[in-house]
Amino acid sequence: MTDKPVAFFRTDMLPPSEPPLSQRGVLKWMRENMFSSIGNGAISIITIAIVIYLITLSYPWFAHSVWNADSVRQCMTTVSSTWGEGASGACWAVIRATWNLYLYGFYPVDQLWRPDLAFILMLVALAPVLFSQIPRLMIWFTAIFPALGYWLIWGGSFWVIPAILAGFVVAWIAYRLLGTILGSAVGLAVGVVVAILWWLLLAGPTIDGLSAILPIRLPFVESRNLGGFLLSFIVGICGIGFSLPLGILLSLGRRSDMPLIKTTCVVFIEFIRGVPLITLLFTASFLLAYFLPPGTTFDLVLRVVIMVVLFSSAYIAEVIRGGLAAIPRGQYEAADALGLDYWKAQRLIIMPQALKISIPGIVSSFIGLFKDTTLVIIVGLLDPLMGISNAVRANVAWNGIYWEPYMFAAAIFFIFCFGMSRYSQYLERKLKTDHR
Amino acid sequence: MKASVFWGALTAVGLAATVASAGTLDDVKARGILNCGVNTGLVGFAAPDANGNWSGFDVAICRAVAAAVLGDPTKIKFVPTTGETRFTSLSSGEIDMLARNSTWTFKREVDLKLQFVGVNYYDGQGFMVSKKLGVSSAKELGGATICVQTGTTTELNLADYFKSHNMKYTPISIKNDAEGKQQFLAGACDAYTTDASGLAALRATFENPQDYVILPEIISKEPLGPVVRQGDDQWASVVRWTLYALIEAEELGVTSANLEELSKGTDNPELNRLLGSEDNLGGMLGLDKLWAKRAIAVGGNYGEIFEATIGGSTPIGLARGLNALWTKGGLMYAMPFH
Amino acid sequence: MSIADDRPAARFRLSALIYDSRYRAITIQILFTLAIVALFGWLISNAATNLARLGITPSFDFLWNRAGYPVSMTLIDYTADSTNGRAALVGLINTLFVSALGCVTATIIGVIAGVLRLSKNWVVARLMTIYIEVVRNVPLLLWLLIIYAVFTQVTPGPSAYRGDNPSAHMWFWHSVAVTNRYVALPSPEFWRSLGNIDLGIFKVSIDLMALIVVIVAGVWANRRYLRRVTRIQEATGRRPTTWWVSTLLILGPPILLLAALGFHLDEPTLKGFNFTGGILAPNSIFALWFGLSVYTATYIAEIVRAGILAVSKGQTEAAYALGLRPNRTMSLVVLPQALRVIVPPLISQFLNLTKNSTLAFAVAYPDLGGTLGGITLNQTGRALECILLMMVTYLVVSLLISLAMNIFNQSIRVKER
Repeated sequence: MTDKPVAFFRTDMLPPSEPPLSQRGVLKWMRENMFSSIGNGAISIITIAIVIYLITLSYPWFAHSVWNADSVRQCMTTVSSTWGEGASGACWAVIRATWNLYLYGFYPVDQLWRPDLAFILMLVALAPVLFSQIPRLMIWFTAIFPALGYWLIWGGSFWVIPAILAGFVVAWIAYRLLGTILGSAVGLAVGVVVAILWWLLLAGPTIDGLSAILPIRLPFVESRNLGGFLLSFIVGICGIGFSLPLGILLSLGRRSDMPLIKTTCVVFIEFIRGVPLITLLFTASFLLAYFLPPGTTFDLVLRVVIMVVLFSSAYIAEVIRGGLAAIPRGQYEAADALGLDYWKAQRLIIMPQALKISIPGIVSSFIGLFKDTTLVIIVGLLDPLMGISNAVRANVAWNGIYWEPYMFAAAIFFIFCFGMSRYSQYLERKLKTDHR
Repeated sequence: MKASVFWGALTAVGLAATVASAGTLDDVKARGILNCGVNTGLVGFAAPDANGNWSGFDVAICRAVAAAVLGDPTKIKFVPTTGETRFTSLSSGEIDMLARNSTWTFKREVDLKLQFVGVNYYDGQGFMVSKKLGVSSAKELGGATICVQTGTTTELNLADYFKSHNMKYTPISIKNDAEGKQQFLAGACDAYTTDASGLAALRATFENPQDYVILPEIISKEPLGPVVRQGDDQWASVVRWTLYALIEAEELGVTSANLEELSKGTDNPELNRLLGSEDNLGGMLGLDKLWAKRAIAVGGNYGEIFEATIGGSTPIGLARGLNALWTKGGLMYAMPFH
Repeated sequence: MSIADDRPAARFRLSALIYDSRYRAITIQILFTLAIVALFGWLISNAATNLARLGITPSFDFLWNRAGYPVSMTLIDYTADSTNGRAALVGLINTLFVSALGCVTATIIGVIAGVLRLSKNWVVARLMTIYIEVVRNVPLLLWLLIIYAVFTQVTPGPSAYRGDNPSAHMWFWHSVAVTNRYVALPSPEFWRSLGNIDLGIFKVSIDLMALIVVIVAGVWANRRYLRRVTRIQEATGRRPTTWWVSTLLILGPPILLLAALGFHLDEPTLKGFNFTGGILAPNSIFALWFGLSVYTATYIAEIVRAGILAVSKGQTEAAYALGLRPNRTMSLVVLPQALRVIVPPLISQFLNLTKNSTLAFAVAYPDLGGTLGGITLNQTGRALECILLMMVTYLVVSLLISLAMNIFNQSIRVKER
């Protein structure tokens, strides 16, 4: 019995055989996802057929695109000479020819580096806000960017930037000095007053003095010359930047237990949400001048920005109110138990949670705001859709161009809005701390 | 560096801190910039080129006023206004004067408190149709769809005309000429109506202008002129007499070519008064002696401006017609410089 | 704070207005109110000064003056001789009309798209995702411009229908013509019409009222009948055949009435430049309606999707366990529960749609902003009055819609114990 018994079964496993063709790979996937039943299969086939039909219908138009031409007529002749008589093709040359107009409006051509630089700096300034991996010190750049961007776009003396920022510094110093003695509310009020006094009285002479010593200045650019996507971005970014803090204040006001403040906030929010943005823009354009001291005029772009901020803040306030409502009562009580005052409790405990809950809503408000920047056409500003397109079509060479400018504008809006919504989903995933 | 650099900087985007002083003339002088409301873009009358430089018949009036008041025809901020915003911009003080082919009407002057200072173009409302339509008279337009600019007197004239001729029509309201052009060329309307000058200007931008005709009927009187706010007579006089200076210059034969020579003094006392070598008419206006000379120097006299912007040699190709001098059978008549 | 309450309250000092939390709230509110009042006072006094300086007195008299302009789409009687106030009313009715149409179609498209996006069919789900993402990430104004451009650029002019061998053909047995200006539809007419009741502001067709009454009566009679049938079924265990009686009750009276009134369709015919007869619905309303529906539908689709996902999976599984088929599970179990999550955001979408209808200016649809805020404002120059009136009107409409919808919302709420 020395020999080992001869094994009549295998000692090693056979490799599993491939599943049948219908149960693996693309076929299985297609069977499960597209042809799971007769009805489903029919729907799939019909849908695919429609999609293919639409693609074949529009494909030649895109395939025959002309990128270099001086006029619509030249585009047409190029298409018909290359692809035969009767062929249709897109004339993207119009975008090339009017590129600057679409991007910057009538911004002086020799100064175009300024908006370009401002845009790049804006991305740099946004980075630390958007992504936590960026070094924290960068946030200081974000803080000075608004003044810097303003100077780059509109020009004037360089010393406007430190003069504007100094107002905040002065306010902060006043707040720190007085806040400890007189209480935070008084300190804050004094700080605001000091800053306003600085801007009104001292900033001017300071700028003059500094300019006399070291004149650095960029040529002025009139707001009227802003247009196209530059204008959309200015209005959009300002709107987003200012409406969030205002929206937070409004939402807190609406939940406040002081009846007068609460009523005011409710009336404001409901009024703004009850009227279309267009009527507010009309107000900015027609009526605001009536409500200011005689002879004072506001710049139209600023008026529009103010109205857009007010409009958007009411919506954001409602979104944040939803977030606040979702926070359990215990969180407020815990903050009280720790002895935090109202603002500290809001800043350290309530708002971080409320904002996290409201991220999708806030971002979709922002997307809405960015899309609404196209409505500035109603007050005669050159928005990228109607304003610039009308200016382009007024030119004999590009008369009769319809689809290309619209598609171009649609593509740009899509990229930015879609990007924003993707970012909000990323942020939501990142901040998700509950363990479900 | 002026003391108000900071505010100057904020002016670009912020508060223009011009607290109302005695009058518009002082404001304009203090500001150093004339705010002039113009059309958003009507080739020949007021349109920006690709670099944002404005030119045109109405623009020339603004430039003449800026030259007379500020001594520099480029010290202007052109504010494009739509049919809706033009009068509000003027009332609210956003602009100092409006030169935007606006019709002088009773209601506008009396009810809206606007001051029309004169007429720089005598116009009338007409119709443009495609030749294919085979229409030769506006009276054949019964039942047609008509594109009309909203906010204009043309809108009301159109309704009145069709009512008085017992015809019906469907209006398509458009906001500006660019939009109107798109609709009209696409055939969304059978006829396009606006001032005859505007029709000619619009047709000049068509690819095939010869395929379109302007019908002979002129259905309304449209005296177009610069507008200022009521209640500021000095400023109204400045704008009015700048306009008259341009017309008078044509009548007296002053052109941009002989302006320098004539301003040294001539035998014609009226000419001398106009150009400042005699009397001081400018001083009475609150300007200096040479105001009219500077105004004429910008683009020449009325006739020269007309020819250069909308006249027969331009794509717009308008004849002088009613806008010829009164001595040549037209209505252009400057009040005497005495 | 509770410590402060224990102290004797007698020692009130002025500084307590700032430091004492009991008084601080009052101080803040008073200061705040003063600030608001001062702000409004300042604004109003500025307005008064400015208006006095310009010699303009605000007045709404212009509303009773002759408007002088025609409107391209009117649902109530209106001519150029009507007043500005009536033009504003025409605009308001047009706004409400297109908003109502838009809300209905946006809901239908949105529910379909939202449900299909959750479909197990990959192609359909993906297609819906693309539709939703593309449409909602591009401004509505752009969609309106594109749709309107399609209407004016692609469709033939009325003259294309002329002649013996026209280049365009009317649809639906020669009754509908799509042109680059309007869609010409046949209009319902009656040989023996009962006339109209004049309500002062607008007229109501008696024919239409009669039709509605007859239909409502038919439906009511049908319900009575069905209830009786159910009673019979409960008593005897046998349910009589009902379909033919139901059909007769619902369809019979209206058909009889229409026949009695001499109902016929007035088909549009080409005469001169344009079609005459029938209803000429301007393209602007189709462009606006279509654009608003398709755009708002993407938001509604997302709301519907979120609502369906909010219904716990156990509900679906329970329904399957009871043997319900998938589509009956959806309609009987999932959707009714999802509805409670869906309705509140749906209301705000309806409000958004109504407010977005002001984009009518892009397609020259004569809505409230087009008549009152557009032509009337331009012609009378009464910017202050027109815009205030427009804002108030929209505010009232918005508040009414929210009110109505909130009442509806209350009624479908889960009655909790």
